[in-house]
Amino acid sequence: MSSIDYNEKIPNNVNLAEDRGLRRALEHWQPNYLGWWSEMGPEGSRDFDVYLRTAISVDPKGWAQFDYVRMPDYRWGIFLNPGQEDRRIHFGDHKGEPAWQEVPGEYRANLRRIIVTQGDTEPASVEQQRHLGLTCPSLYDLRNLFQVNVEEGRHLWAMVYLLHKYFGRDGREEGEALLERRSGEEDNPRILQAFNERTPDWLAFFMFTYFTDRDGKFQLCALAESAFDPLARTTRFMLTEEAHHMFVGESGVSRVIQRTCQVMRELGTDDPERVRSAGAIDLPTIQRYINFHFSVTIDLFGADESSNAATFYSTGLKGRFGEGKRNDDHVLKDDSYRVLVERDGNLSEKEVPMLNALNEVLRDDFIADSVGGVNRWNKVIEKAGFDYRLIVPHKAFNRKIGSLAGARVSPDGHVISGDEWDRRMAGWLPSPGDREFVASLMGRVVAPGKFAGWIAPPAMGVNRLPVDFEYVRFN
Amino acid sequence: MNNSIEPVDYRTEPSRYRHWKLSFDGAVATLAADFDEDAGLRPGYRLKLNSYDLGVDIELNDALNRIRFEHPEVRCVVITSLKDKVFCSGANIFMLGSSSHAWKVNFCKFTNETRNGIEDSSRYSGLRFIAAVNGVCAGGGYELALACDEIILVDDRSSAVSLPEVPLLGVLPGTGGLTRITDKRHVRHDLADIFCTTTEGVRGQRAKDWRLVDEIAKPARFREVVRKRAEALAEAGDRPRDAAGIHLAPLERTVEESALGYRHVAVEIDRGARTARFIVRAPDSALPDSIDAIVAAGADFYPLALARELEDAVLYMRTNEPDIGVWLLHTRGDPAAVLGMDEVLMAHREHWFVRETIGYLRRTFCRLDVSSRSLFAIIDEGSCFAGTFLELSLACDRSYHLALPDDHSAAPRITVGGVNDGLYPMVTGESRLGRRFYHEEEALSAVQAKAGQPLDADGAHELGLVTSNPDDLDWDDEVRIAVEERVAMSPDALTAMEANLRFNGRETMLTRIFGRLSAWQNWIFQRPNAVGERGALRVYGSGEKTAFDWNRV
Repeated sequence: MSSIDYNEKIPNNVNLAEDRGLRRALEHWQPNYLGWWSEMGPEGSRDFDVYLRTAISVDPKGWAQFDYVRMPDYRWGIFLNPGQEDRRIHFGDHKGEPAWQEVPGEYRANLRRIIVTQGDTEPASVEQQRHLGLTCPSLYDLRNLFQVNVEEGRHLWAMVYLLHKYFGRDGREEGEALLERRSGEEDNPRILQAFNERTPDWLAFFMFTYFTDRDGKFQLCALAESAFDPLARTTRFMLTEEAHHMFVGESGVSRVIQRTCQVMRELGTDDPERVRSAGAIDLPTIQRYINFHFSVTIDLFGADESSNAATFYSTGLKGRFGEGKRNDDHVLKDDSYRVLVERDGNLSEKEVPMLNALNEVLRDDFIADSVGGVNRWNKVIEKAGFDYRLIVPHKAFNRKIGSLAGARVSPDGHVISGDEWDRRMAGWLPSPGDREFVASLMGRVVAPGKFAGWIAPPAMGVNRLPVDFEYVRFN
Repeated sequence: MNNSIEPVDYRTEPSRYRHWKLSFDGAVATLAADFDEDAGLRPGYRLKLNSYDLGVDIELNDALNRIRFEHPEVRCVVITSLKDKVFCSGANIFMLGSSSHAWKVNFCKFTNETRNGIEDSSRYSGLRFIAAVNGVCAGGGYELALACDEIILVDDRSSAVSLPEVPLLGVLPGTGGLTRITDKRHVRHDLADIFCTTTEGVRGQRAKDWRLVDEIAKPARFREVVRKRAEALAEAGDRPRDAAGIHLAPLERTVEESALGYRHVAVEIDRGARTARFIVRAPDSALPDSIDAIVAAGADFYPLALARELEDAVLYMRTNEPDIGVWLLHTRGDPAAVLGMDEVLMAHREHWFVRETIGYLRRTFCRLDVSSRSLFAIIDEGSCFAGTFLELSLACDRSYHLALPDDHSAAPRITVGGVNDGLYPMVTGESRLGRRFYHEEEALSAVQAKAGQPLDADGAHELGLVTSNPDDLDWDDEVRIAVEERVAMSPDALTAMEANLRFNGRETMLTRIFGRLSAWQNWIFQRPNAVGERGALRVYGSGEKTAFDWNRV
């Protein structure tokens, strides 16, 4: 059951051959997907041979098989983690009942909405990143970019499979619409605003994969708890792939910092201007990028008091991060949670019913997890002998969603006046000058083993291969 | 929530708005929704995602009047939102969930009247409305859009119009939604069935195909499409291009323990008797008769001042004095002065300002028609139920006309005027006189034959214009007993009975909204499936599961 049938037009481990209606629907969707990929996928990547990992089964041995794949012939398919015999719903009002193998009509609309919203982010990030290949700092990084892109494409497949199999005509229409929206297109935007922002340079790409793909991880973890078993199984498998994306982000930023520190040591100064003159990205600019990507990403978790969050949990559609490992009643009716509010120039906490605060709970889990990588980045700086420390900004900084939306709070968590905000904002977020400077560094480096001057090589190559391996052949 | 905290005040002005931004560009006004989450009228809920409560609608009602009077150059009003991706998500659910039944009904009634007022201005005053739906448009938000002449929906692949009340909240789209999609927009009933049971609503081309909206436009073109339609509608309008507006100065009112006072209207509450006397005073001097002088009088122009005061009194009493079940309508002054006013109104009825003033009176009388209070007109000595003032009596459930057989000169008289023949139609489109006589030729021509002539109690009674004509010997007891009997009856049954009898003739969309739709909604609002401990409306958003009683009733 867990091995994947690659003789099929659509590789899968869901017995597609025996479900003729579904197979027909997906085979109809497939050319539209390929059309989308050739229009919106990585620019100029056609006929490249890329050293990619492809899943051939969902067990630990089989999901990471490495070989060259000619773009765009990556075998996108449908892989679900194996079903668990007799799985029971383990939270919410249906706790203890058997997990659902079909969509309950009662929850059709909310489930569809959850799946469409999740699905929409997958092609969106591919679109956001489609020009980056033209400015890659190395073959190694270019290969990682493509790996991330093809897997985001596969995650789209995963969501589209659910829509086609379980939501009838409505689901098929939503499947088409996922290919029709376009990141950043005013007339036709992606659903969530963070996925309409540009990913203009590689520093932004690393930040995105570190922070925003980590939002993806937390959302997928919450969905992996779902009472709707096919959603739980498909998101579990997506998570194994998502981990690599965050690795790309964390190691990418780390290598940028490493290079910056190296330049600072050589120059004997941390003066940003001199660091820039030497072709590296100064640490304050990196901090501003963190401030931007972190604040935009934590908005993705939604309002801090949310009736949808309560409904999704109680009806069993979406659990908490690590639901199964938590020690409470998994119903949460009588619990409360403290959320942050700004009132009269002060930040204070307010107690709200736990069920309504579940977005905030997930956001706080995310924040705790994000801090880890930032601390590891600081270790790089520390090891190089510098005192500068990067931080994740305060959670009230630069918020656009929830009760903190529009609050004027500095990255270190002080409520400030409108004047001060206007005056200091430019120093906290990447300025057009910062963007321009980072963009000026983005030249294309494609000789095997060579790296752009603003980023250090990784300690190790992909799949234990040397760093100077020819990860991409341009043909 | 109840209404005992502090009285609701319907008076406001743009500088005090918390929720709407009103802006003007030539013949096009824009009313933009930007509801302040933290400015709910009552504590306990936040107006998230442009969801509204009574306070929001009070501003909307005021804004419409500002446009009508202060901006005669406006011919088209664009209703839109300043919030990103949200047009209006309807009535605030937590407000509804925590409100008393009476509060909900009063809230719905007022919002219904405001939406009817939009259609009224379109129909009678050359003011067109476009709903520029630039984001999520759900429930009451879509009902507001439905009241507009045209609906333009942004086609961004996510913005949808929806009426999710049934599947989400276990109630109806009760502010006209369910009725307007059929009666006004002629959405096929099976498609309407799908639409009204689909929480996510319908978007894009399908929304247009199903007639839920008139036009769709991509975001980049949206503003342009709205602007062009607004200009086209403005072009066809007949409001003046260069007239100066009339400033609606703050309405002065005194509130005492049991009395409201205005310049031309007073209300005296008898709490023990559970009655209120409305006293409406005729103009005490002649009205200006040239249009320049009328315009110069502005908000002091008597019929406009009267309309504003009477409207405020009706709204105040409806909201803040729910247990005062019988309203006794009195008039005081010289009938000739009222008829003089009517002559001025009729002579200048084509002028925009007079037309708007008539409209204000028309809508105010219509508020009486749907007030859930027993209305008795008391035609006693010193009264002046003539012409426009006769509408007050005609709007009542009953009228008592004092006969003074021994004092011919002091005997109160009523006078049918030209204005009673359709200047103030009910929401059914018919005059109250026509409604009274079921449009029967014989009765109406007998009344018309006496038009302009003061009729004493016997004359009026003979024509069927009044309910009862007791003489001075019987008067006190007869009126007293009628009122005491009335206040003792079930208020629920009375409200229902009065509504049935007042709207006795043909059905229109609006009678179906105020009657059928509201009655069903109010039934649902009382049922445990909506408002019980685990009713849909009560548990919405809490994560609690609704517990329905599955029996179909």
